Amino acid sequence: MLTDDRPGPGAGTESGSTTTATEPPDGRLIRRRRLSRWDLKFSPYLYISPFFLLFALVGLFPLLYTGYLSVHDWDKIYRQRGDFTGLENFEFVLTDPIFRKALVNTFSIFLMSSVPQIVVAVSIAALLDNRLRASTFWRMSVLLPFVVAPAAAALIFGSLFADQSGLINATLREIGLEPIRWHVDRLWSHFAISSMVNWRWTGYNTLIFLAAMQAVPRDLYESAALDGAGRVRQFRSITLPMIRPTMIFVIVTSTIGGLQIFTEPRLFDDSMSREGGADHQYMTAALYIYDRGIVDGFYGRASAAAWILFLIIVGIALLNFALTRYLTRRNA
Amino acid sequence: MSLPRMSARSRLVDRPGWVVYGLLAAFVVGSALPLYWSFVIGSHTKAEAMEMPPPLVPGGHFLDNARRVFDTIDFWQAMVNSIIVSTACAASVVLFATLAGYSFAKLRFRGSNALMGFVILTMAVPTQLAIVPLFIIITDYGLYDTLLAVALPTLVTAFGVFFMRQYLLDAIPDELIEAARVDGASMIRTFWTVAVPAARPAMAILFLFTFMTVWTDYMWPLVALKDNQTLQVALDELAISGQGQTTDYALVLCGTGLATIPLLVLFVLSGRQLVAGIMQGAVKG
Repeated sequence: MLTDDRPGPGAGTESGSTTTATEPPDGRLIRRRRLSRWDLKFSPYLYISPFFLLFALVGLFPLLYTGYLSVHDWDKIYRQRGDFTGLENFEFVLTDPIFRKALVNTFSIFLMSSVPQIVVAVSIAALLDNRLRASTFWRMSVLLPFVVAPAAAALIFGSLFADQSGLINATLREIGLEPIRWHVDRLWSHFAISSMVNWRWTGYNTLIFLAAMQAVPRDLYESAALDGAGRVRQFRSITLPMIRPTMIFVIVTSTIGGLQIFTEPRLFDDSMSREGGADHQYMTAALYIYDRGIVDGFYGRASAAAWILFLIIVGIALLNFALTRYLTRRNA
Repeated sequence: MSLPRMSARSRLVDRPGWVVYGLLAAFVVGSALPLYWSFVIGSHTKAEAMEMPPPLVPGGHFLDNARRVFDTIDFWQAMVNSIIVSTACAASVVLFATLAGYSFAKLRFRGSNALMGFVILTMAVPTQLAIVPLFIIITDYGLYDTLLAVALPTLVTAFGVFFMRQYLLDAIPDELIEAARVDGASMIRTFWTVAVPAARPAMAILFLFTFMTVWTDYMWPLVALKDNQTLQVALDELAISGQGQTTDYALVLCGTGLATIPLLVLFVLSGRQLVAGIMQGAVKG
C-alpha cells in the first residue's frame, strides 16, 4: 500500500526509509526526493484526469446544457435562444398527447423485453451452470446474436414480422390462424420490437448470470443435496439469493438501456416518416426526443423531454434497486 | 473455473443428461433462426423473396444482391468509416481507462473513493439523452458530418474505468508496485512496467467490447453525420431506398449480412475472450 505523506523514494515503506536515512543529503538527492514526492502525490490525479475532462465535456456538460436549453424559447430556424420561459417547455411536453403515448410505448416495450429476458437468461444460465461438454461452444453460441447490430436486427425482424410477406404471418396462415398486423396494431408492434431486444440481449445477460452462479461455492449445493433438497429447491434457496447483486446489476442496466430504446422502433417503421408508426403507435421517448430535437429543431421541447426521461430512468433504477434488494432478501 | 473445488466423485455424478443439452440446443437454434432467415432472403431475387409462402432455403443470388447493395449505397466508404471510428474509440477508451483504472485500484490518493463513486454514478447517465446539446456543440465547432464528431462521446467510458479497476485490484500484488518504487522507478515507469503487462488481457477485452459498441451504434452517427456514413446509418438508407414501394428485403437483408460479416469474423476469432470478458466484468462487480 502506498501513502503520500512520507518523503523519499519508496515512501511509506519501512525498508525504503531505513536504507535512505544513512545517505548524505546533498542537493541533488533532495531535489530528486521532492520530485518523487510530487510524482507520487499528483500522478494519480493526472491518470484519472483524461476520463474526468472528457466526461465533463461529452457527458456532464451536455446534461446540464440540456437543462439550460429546456427552460428557454428557441428560434428553430436561426437556432437562436429566445426568452427564458421557465417550465413552459416541460408543460408543453407533459401535456403533449404524442409524448404521453411515447412514454406509455416506452414502458410497454421495456417491460415486454426486460421481464421475459431476465427470466429466460436466468434459466439458460442455470442450464449452462452444469458440467457441460464443450462448454465454450455453448457459451459462444448463446452470445451469437450479440454481434448483430440493433439496426441490422431491426431490419431482419422487420422482414420476419412483415405484414404481407413475413415468415411469421406465413406460418400463422399455414396453421390456420389469422395473420397479425404487426406494423399496425399497437400491442403487437410492441411485441415485435421487444422480441428484437430480447433476441440480442438474452445471451449476454445469460453469461452475466452464469458468471455469478459459478461463483457460488459448490459445497453449499452438496450439503443442501445431503439435506434432501432437490434441484428446484437448491435453485430457489441457494442460487437465487447468492446471485442477488448480479440480479440488481442486470435489472438496473437493462432499465437504463430499455428506457432509451431508439434504433429498433425507428427502423421497424418502414414508412418514410420513421416516427414510430403512422399513429405513433410504437414511437418511444428517445425517438420523440430525436424527432422533435434534431429533425424538427425544437431544442427546448426535446431537451425538456430528455430531462423528464432522465429523471424517470433514475427513479426507476433506484426503485428497481430497492425492490430487488427487498425481494431477494426475503427469499433468502 | 470452479472445478478444483469439487470432489472427483460429485463431478461424475453431476454430468447433465440429454434434457439439458436438448433445451440448450433448442435455445441456440431458435436464436440462430433470424440470422439464417436473413441469409435465405438475402440470397434470393427480389421477386422470389416476395413469394408466398416465403423461401426457406438459401438461393443463389447473394452476389447479385451484393452488387445491388454496392450500387445503392457507398458501402465500402461506410465500412472504412466504421472501422476508423470503432478503432479510434476503442484505443482511446483502453488507454484512458487503464490509466484511471490503475489509479483507482492501486494508488492511494485523497478523494479516490468519492471520485470512484462518481465514476460509477456516471454509468447511469445516459449520454443518448444529451443528443440535442451534443448536436449543438458539434455544429458550433464545425464538426458536423465528421468522424471526430462520431467518436467524441465514446472517447472515454465510465464502464471502461470500472472494468479496468475491478480487474487490476487482484491482478497486481501491491508488493510489485512497492518494489518498483523502491528501485526508484517513477510513477509512469511503474505504470508501464508493472500495470500494463498485467492489464493486457483486460485491455484486449475492453478494446473488443468498445469496438463492438461503437460499430453497432446507430443513434449518434445518425445525428452527427449526413453525407459521411457509418455502416449502420448506411443500412438505414438502404432500407428506404425503395421509396414508396414495398421494402426490397432481398436487397436490405443482403446488406445487413454484409455489414454483419466483419463482426462475425471478429466473433469467431475472439468469441472466447468476449465470453470471458463479459463473465469477468460481472463476477467481480
